[in-house]
Amino acid sequence: MYDIDKYVQAADVDDAVRALTADPKAVIISGGSDVLIKIREGKLAGCSLVSIHGIRELDGVKMEEDGTVVIGPCTVFSHITNNEIVRKHIPILGDAVDQAGGPQLRNIGTIGGNVCNGVTSADSASSLLTLNAVLKLCGPSGSRLVPLEEFYAGPGRTVREHDEVLTEIRITKDNYEGFGGHYIKYGKRQAMEIATLGCAVQVKLGEEKNTVEDLRLAYGVAAPTPIRCRRTEETVKGMPLTPKLADMLAEGALKEVMPRSSWRASREFRLQLVEELARRALAQAVCNAGGEIHA
Amino acid sequence: MLNVIKMKVNGKEVELAVDPRESLLDTLRDRLGLTSVKRGCEVGECGACTVLVDGEAIDSCIYLTMWAQGRSVLTVEGLKGPNGELSPIQQAFIDEAAVQCGFCTPGLIMSAVEIVGTGKRYNREELRKLISGHLCRCTGYENILNAMERIVEETYRAVGKE
Repeated sequence: MYDIDKYVQAADVDDAVRALTADPKAVIISGGSDVLIKIREGKLAGCSLVSIHGIRELDGVKMEEDGTVVIGPCTVFSHITNNEIVRKHIPILGDAVDQAGGPQLRNIGTIGGNVCNGVTSADSASSLLTLNAVLKLCGPSGSRLVPLEEFYAGPGRTVREHDEVLTEIRITKDNYEGFGGHYIKYGKRQAMEIATLGCAVQVKLGEEKNTVEDLRLAYGVAAPTPIRCRRTEETVKGMPLTPKLADMLAEGALKEVMPRSSWRASREFRLQLVEELARRALAQAVCNAGGEIHA
Repeated sequence: MLNVIKMKVNGKEVELAVDPRESLLDTLRDRLGLTSVKRGCEVGECGACTVLVDGEAIDSCIYLTMWAQGRSVLTVEGLKGPNGELSPIQQAFIDEAAVQCGFCTPGLIMSAVEIVGTGKRYNREELRKLISGHLCRCTGYENILNAMERIVEETYRAVGKE
């Protein structure tokens, strides 16, 4: 039995927004793999819950006519990994969420919860950042769109208002078409692990497949929130696929990250990972985009 | 306050009053007497409480019973044949001596049901990943994998013949 004060199951998004407006202290619960644990630990003991679990309009992945991929926030990790649209167009995301927790957790943990927790270690975050994902939030006065990069307000904090519900994670065609991507999660165990560091690279190559046309680099656990390395990205655009590219990327990233020491790993070790994972993720991303880094 | 929910448990329609604060683990064990579902860590890490909901393996300790409304739940009790026979998956665990104290076994068997149900042939490395949500497994890492490998192989061969 969980220490829950009040439990409301919302029938749809409007219902959830109403329930949240009515109870300024209520917590949204989707898959439960974070919220229920926090209740068990005591951090959220005695809280009131507004459940959006099982709301159909929030579940599943679809593609709009213009090629925008729309992910329902209540879609569980395993369904994202096995989804045809994800596998075909944004495999980096399917691979990333396949590394969260273990198999049973991936059958209940939702991508919306992973994003809305606002934690820097979220496995979906760096990949979604490299895809320029945009979030649709619905509240009492309507809906608004927020780019994921502007969504994070600090460790575990986001700009989502109390009575807003995340209803869509949107990725437009120009942000996945022609890109090859790769996400690396570094953890001390192969499963049931929280990332010590996560690194995602998406790269689009020039026509001859020997230069960088566009590149995105993002990290989890390298700063208080998931981050993009925008300055470094600009410096490598147009570069040929040589080892110097990997050097520039890794060295540039070091100047943009600000990892800290925690019981999981020291700042120094994380910095080493920032550099090394950038190189490895780049090499694989280039390969996935149909190129190769020549020595 | 109790809420009435309807769900299918081991193939039978069940209608019962539950407290919205209950986990599916609480309900299955304490209201329905399905004690194959083990109460382990209660934070979704050990895998001992694994059951299938609509065919997918979940940790029933971190799943609210209210969410099972209209869904189908399967536990080890639901695997037995009409005359109480063991399922081939359970038999594989016995044949490979994949049991030590047995506490983790029902959960692992339910994961095996999900894995075998895909009809896919998995190698040992893939199987390791597929059962990585079970931290509770005594010392039986190798034998559990042997049992998994055996049943996945047997099923694949059976399905392949059709």
